[in-house]
Amino acid sequence: MIAAIWEVTSRFSGLPEFMFPRLTQVLETLFNGIVHGQITAAIGKSMSRLLIGFSIAIILGLIMGYLIWRFKFVEDTLGFLVTALQSIPSIVWFPLAIVWFGLNDFSILFIVTIGATWTMTISATSGFRNVPTLYQRVAKTFGSTGLHFIRTVILPASVPQLLSGLRIAWAFSWRALMAGELLGSGGGLGQLLETGRSLGQMDLVVSVMIIIAVIGTIMDNVVFVRLERSVQRKWGLV
Amino acid sequence: MYLSIDGIQKSFIGENKQPVTVLDNINIEIDKGSFVSIVGPSGCGKSTLLYIIAGLEKADQGSIRISGKVVKNPGPDRVVVFQEAGLFPWLTVLENVTYGLLIKKIPKKKAEAKAIDILKMVHLSNYINSYPHQLSGGMKQRVSIARALVMEPDILLMDEPFSALDEQTRMVLHKELMDIWKKTKVTIFFVTHNIREAVLLSETVIVFATRPGKIKEVIVVPTTGDGITTDSVTLHTEQRILAILEEEIEKVLKEEMGDDYSFKTNHLHRNDSGDLGSHI
Repeated sequence: MIAAIWEVTSRFSGLPEFMFPRLTQVLETLFNGIVHGQITAAIGKSMSRLLIGFSIAIILGLIMGYLIWRFKFVEDTLGFLVTALQSIPSIVWFPLAIVWFGLNDFSILFIVTIGATWTMTISATSGFRNVPTLYQRVAKTFGSTGLHFIRTVILPASVPQLLSGLRIAWAFSWRALMAGELLGSGGGLGQLLETGRSLGQMDLVVSVMIIIAVIGTIMDNVVFVRLERSVQRKWGLV
Repeated sequence: MYLSIDGIQKSFIGENKQPVTVLDNINIEIDKGSFVSIVGPSGCGKSTLLYIIAGLEKADQGSIRISGKVVKNPGPDRVVVFQEAGLFPWLTVLENVTYGLLIKKIPKKKAEAKAIDILKMVHLSNYINSYPHQLSGGMKQRVSIARALVMEPDILLMDEPFSALDEQTRMVLHKELMDIWKKTKVTIFFVTHNIREAVLLSETVIVFATRPGKIKEVIVVPTTGDGITTDSVTLHTEQRILAILEEEIEKVLKEEMGDDYSFKTNHLHRNDSGDLGSHI
């Protein structure tokens, strides 16, 4: 239905094609882009950045979350700072990143990471804090200490909260990635959008938007919803 | 003496920043293989004492010694069975039971075989691959007992382990616990507010006074030669403990409801406090 309206309005609207491309034209560009590798390469580039940045953010978030949970003075200092930093949209860091690292891959990676880190830190902290005392006591009476204690009790017990943190963190870094690529350089989906704009190829722009929507939906509805469901089923929370 | 509790003193910071003494100079000596219960009104510090023995909390003064060795940290020689089962929901029943064994560096195969043996003892061998949420309350508590027993602890610390269960399940578990105790001869330190439970299960009942928590009286439950306590003796012992506790209960109630309240004259317990054994 939407497709039909799109096709018809674009044909009769009188707007030039570079402003309002036809659906068929968009699909053609999309198909060509995927087959010829222009869009696929961009997807690969973006996803690899996202994966690296997101992984770093998770690790950093978990470590900082642990420190905030574990030590009171870290909570008073870093904990407060994190809440403040979280309210800064990560693209705001971009000018600084360009000055620090130059207009390159590293800058984009930096804002992707920073976009997810604070959220991850906050949800890790609250996840760890909400681990029932009972579980901790049980583990301790069985002789669990140190790393083993964190690995076998604290982390698994906070998995439900960590998962929802991951989901939000992912959303933040995905948006940060697009913004960063749009402004930055070195390929990726955002860069492709910018190319499309400067060449007046709106069909390419719309194709990339479709790809972005598809990836976002897959991650959210397939990956995270499935993960959450499987945890809920295992724990009997449903 | 096997387990010696020596001059334990413990206080918390109360609501108005005043220290509240919960345990006041507690001295108890417990023989190896014995079954000792502690009864007392709520808030008398009996659970706190258990946590101190477990090493989960620190005493302000005094020491806990097991065969002469001072206890400082939690350890697998003194496993606790808590009021709630506290099974890890992300592990299966079998994984929950092997959890402690794997910390002890026992090979996985051997640990699993041991766990299955113990689960048979508590009649749960059909549920080894279930997750805790699939079990009933009584079954969960059985798993938690199995998880403690599989460690072959020297002392089993039980903190009101059956109080969250319904009456039938509790009776079944009483019997199972007695069987287990006779079979394994583990030393059991049992905290409860249920006088009948304490008298039925244990050899020695320690009655606690409240605020500050201290030992009011130590009662040895008389048994006939074969270790079975007859009903009339149980009843008699129960009433004796209730008489001792009455004063303590009144103290707690007065604090909660005001000075004009009297437990003794109102005889509330005749009607509705079956837990205290008055309905027999």
